[in-house]
Amino acid sequence: MTVAIPIVVEPDRQLGEPAAQHRLRVLLEQGLPLSPRPWQILAEQSGLTEDEVMTCVRRWQAEGLIKRLGLVVRHRRLGIQANAMVVWDVPDTRVAEVGRRLARETAVTLCYRRPRRLPDWPYNLFCMLHGTRREWVLAELATIVERHGLGDIECRVLFSQHAYRQCGGRYAREGDA
Amino acid sequence: MPCQARDFDTLDRRLIDSYQRGLPVCTRPFHTVAERLGTSEAEVIARLERLQSLGVLSRVGPVFDHTRAGASLLAAVAVPESERDAFAALINAAPGVNHNYAREHDYNLWFVMTAPDAPELEARLETLEVRLGVPVLRLPMLEGFHIDLSFPIPWAELEDA
Repeated sequence: MTVAIPIVVEPDRQLGEPAAQHRLRVLLEQGLPLSPRPWQILAEQSGLTEDEVMTCVRRWQAEGLIKRLGLVVRHRRLGIQANAMVVWDVPDTRVAEVGRRLARETAVTLCYRRPRRLPDWPYNLFCMLHGTRREWVLAELATIVERHGLGDIECRVLFSQHAYRQCGGRYAREGDA
Repeated sequence: MPCQARDFDTLDRRLIDSYQRGLPVCTRPFHTVAERLGTSEAEVIARLERLQSLGVLSRVGPVFDHTRAGASLLAAVAVPESERDAFAALINAAPGVNHNYAREHDYNLWFVMTAPDAPELEARLETLEVRLGVPVLRLPMLEGFHIDLSFPIPWAELEDA
């Protein structure tokens, strides 16, 4: 069983003081300044050089701490409002295989295994489906179920009704930055 | 109200379609982007500013891997539907909450709680649980099969919708 344990990424002592790297992390969570030299601005704010900032970012990308770098889109603002969390109660012996199959579907944007919380919550596999209309998302789900022979697995579709908050992670401690 | 697909011209769409990932890490990244898209650096920056002010972009920057960038988990509570907004406001006021959605289920509020480390995460959840007065379902990720949040925008569908 693979359990995700937070990995503490050790600051690299070659790249400025560790506190400066931490400040950079906190600043990056707010996004890049939209300016011709964004890394230079972040360098001034964090106490690193522009080169050190870019080296840090490339290293975090290589290590997988940064999954992607670019435009973070709010889908709902674009009208992609049918956001469905589909939850499945998959026998433990099949969950990894089903998870990998679902993850390969282009309509599936996230796919995670999570613990059951019996008796209240029997579902152990979660995936997200997005679309412009509810009925299209349901049709897509039906296609996926058919294609992978998942008809015997209990699933529930939890459409979102309202987004009270949708924003990036804030991992910094209070008072940081 | 969501924006309309027609508010976004070809250049906006190419920016969104091409750069949800792979923003170059170089001295003038928007200059490099502009060269690839056949426009100017100033134009790229102006477009990004507009998209950000419209709320279409939450930011331009990195998406960190939750499982490595500290601790986080998906949580849910079942609250009376008539008091949902008030409970949602309490959740939003808690430190570390970065997503909070109402969903169609007895567990009708779903949120992601983040913290610098696991003990702080649990402390934040316990504080919030006391404030809410209802049990919080804790659903940490055990295994990720797909952790890429970028998503092709169905422009044609949006124009028809």
